[in-house]
Amino acid sequence: MKDLIEIRWHGRGGQGAKTASLLLADAAFNTGKYIQGFPEYGPERMGAPITAYNRISTKPIRLHSNIYEPDYVVVVDDTLLSSVDVTAGLKEDGAIVINTTRTAEEIRPLLNGYNGKVYSIDAKTISERALGRYFPNTPMLAAIVKVTEIMLVKDFIKDMEGSFKHKFAKKLEVVDGNMKALKMAIEEVKEL
Amino acid sequence: MIIIMNINKDSTWEELTPGGTIYDAGNAREFKTGDWRSAKPVFNSDLCKQCGLCFPVCPDDAIPVGKDMARGDFNYDYCKGCGVCAKVCPFKAITMEEEEK
Amino acid sequence: MSIRERLSGNEATAFAMKQINPDVVAAFPITPSTEIPQYFSTYVANGQVDTEFVAVEGEHSAMAACIGAEAAGGRAMTATSSQGLAYMWEMVQIASSSRLPIVMPLINRAISGPLNIHCDHTDAMASRDCGWIMLFSEDNQEAYDNMIMAHRIAEHKDVMLPLMVCQDGFITSHSIENIELIEDDIVKEFVGTYKPAHYLLNKKEPIAVGPMDLQPYLTEHKKQQAVAMENAKIVIKEVSEDFEKMTGRKYDFFEGYKLEDAEYVIVCMNSTAGTVKETIDKLRELGVKAGLLKIRMFRPFPGEEIAKALSNAKSVAVLDRVPLVSATGGPLYEDVVSGMFVEGINVPTINYTYGVGGRDVTVEQIEKVYADLQGLKDMKEPYRFLGLKSK
Repeated sequence: MKDLIEIRWHGRGGQGAKTASLLLADAAFNTGKYIQGFPEYGPERMGAPITAYNRISTKPIRLHSNIYEPDYVVVVDDTLLSSVDVTAGLKEDGAIVINTTRTAEEIRPLLNGYNGKVYSIDAKTISERALGRYFPNTPMLAAIVKVTEIMLVKDFIKDMEGSFKHKFAKKLEVVDGNMKALKMAIEEVKEL
Repeated sequence: MIIIMNINKDSTWEELTPGGTIYDAGNAREFKTGDWRSAKPVFNSDLCKQCGLCFPVCPDDAIPVGKDMARGDFNYDYCKGCGVCAKVCPFKAITMEEEEK
Repeated sequence: MSIRERLSGNEATAFAMKQINPDVVAAFPITPSTEIPQYFSTYVANGQVDTEFVAVEGEHSAMAACIGAEAAGGRAMTATSSQGLAYMWEMVQIASSSRLPIVMPLINRAISGPLNIHCDHTDAMASRDCGWIMLFSEDNQEAYDNMIMAHRIAEHKDVMLPLMVCQDGFITSHSIENIELIEDDIVKEFVGTYKPAHYLLNKKEPIAVGPMDLQPYLTEHKKQQAVAMENAKIVIKEVSEDFEKMTGRKYDFFEGYKLEDAEYVIVCMNSTAGTVKETIDKLRELGVKAGLLKIRMFRPFPGEEIAKALSNAKSVAVLDRVPLVSATGGPLYEDVVSGMFVEGINVPTINYTYGVGGRDVTVEQIEKVYADLQGLKDMKEPYRFLGLKSK
């Protein structure tokens, strides 16, 4: 891993992009990293585009600005591709991870000339199969961990199981569903 | 401790209490407000029936009341001359007169 | 052994309040400080603190309740931002003039209008002469540490003044970052218990608080406040040294970053300081002698110490995170340059308004300031905008 990895999340209010960025920060913290996880608050409403950020570093982080040249971008909802410039500043040696069922031919033209790696994952199908409902943030979280290699997948799985068990202590069936979603996402995220 | 009677308009900042907090309660006794008076109640004990209506309405506790619940003459150290006592007296035992200068 | 955690600035502040375990917390929610009373009320509900939580109907009442509780002899706290501070402004000054050491986190936010919920320091600066001690915090760690030190400073017998701990709304209040917490029992011992010399619930000594204070007295009472503020400098130094012994984390009136040999210096407060440090490291690699003076203690203002620390610079930029709408400099600028004037230090010093209403502060903006400082020829344009869009 590089000394500093910067990640930008694009989602819609209610899809859990902010929560996913905080969970990613948590997981990275638990593997001994220095972390930042922060949303860019606007006048967001359910469905409105939102942005969240992560910095993950081997050294203490002092920067307190938004991220303009991310190493990675996560797009939680592919309908954003036509309305938000999700690849703005994205480093060509980084990657973008998109929740979509579309093909490379369909996606590439929507990326404003970005030539780096593109990963796709069908978070909708995974979420509906594993959880019975559409919560894209858990599969997207797993996908970005897999793609960035900021930690070992097995450490991530172990850590998330612990935090889900803590978070859903009274609804353990949700833990199983979320764990299933994580594992499926790690298997299914693919480079386009 | 700084007591209120030692504070006056010439006190220095070192001599005042922090925030002006008053540490000795019940200090109204120390302030003789009788010199605010422009009209003076005069008590006529001959007309007084000791009905007890006047002293509860005095804002300044300037009507002394004995253990036998009988009132005495005014305490002019504190009476500000408001005239409420004269107003409530049914027997005209209190009359308001101009303060002698 | 400290506890490694990751918390947002608001979580860290609420956690400090839990460890302090005050007698009374009276608060009303306002963005971006809402989470503080929210987290704290869960501590109350879970029985993790002994605090009486008063859910008041507004910030004026929040401060009024704190004043009552503190005057009664308790330790009272609240938290607010922006319009909340504006609404309690009247009571804020009653607290300081009655010499009640209330501690309040202030999560800095713009004051409307037009309506804006994001970070700048207008709320703090509009209250800078209310007689409160004001400490500023670069990140969640500093916010937490300042909170832990707050009561020792405010409640010191030579001080007895209320204290605000400021941090940047959203930028640090809502960002989770690494932090080192101190164990509960160590905090408890460090903070100690509040034993006021005089208090309303002392039946052996009935007192009256907040009396009428007319022409013969008010000037003298204000002098007492001014002396207490002077004393606070000494106490802040002592408490910060004790804190350093406990944690190894050093705090002073201000922090210098590569300041010793700096030719071009930025003076600022709160989260921007971190971004300035990053920029300095970049510029130093290019041979630019850039430095930072980050003010932690804004009230009392260490004008003399700051002036001396800036005396060897070639040029200085003071960054005010408030709109400059007075046709003169911002509050931080004016404090810094008057300190320099008094000390007879004449270093060209310019002023920037920046980051207003949450406008993001970037490394590029800070580089621009250092570039301006290197090219500064005269003082024809002392008051400037940073990151302003213009034709």
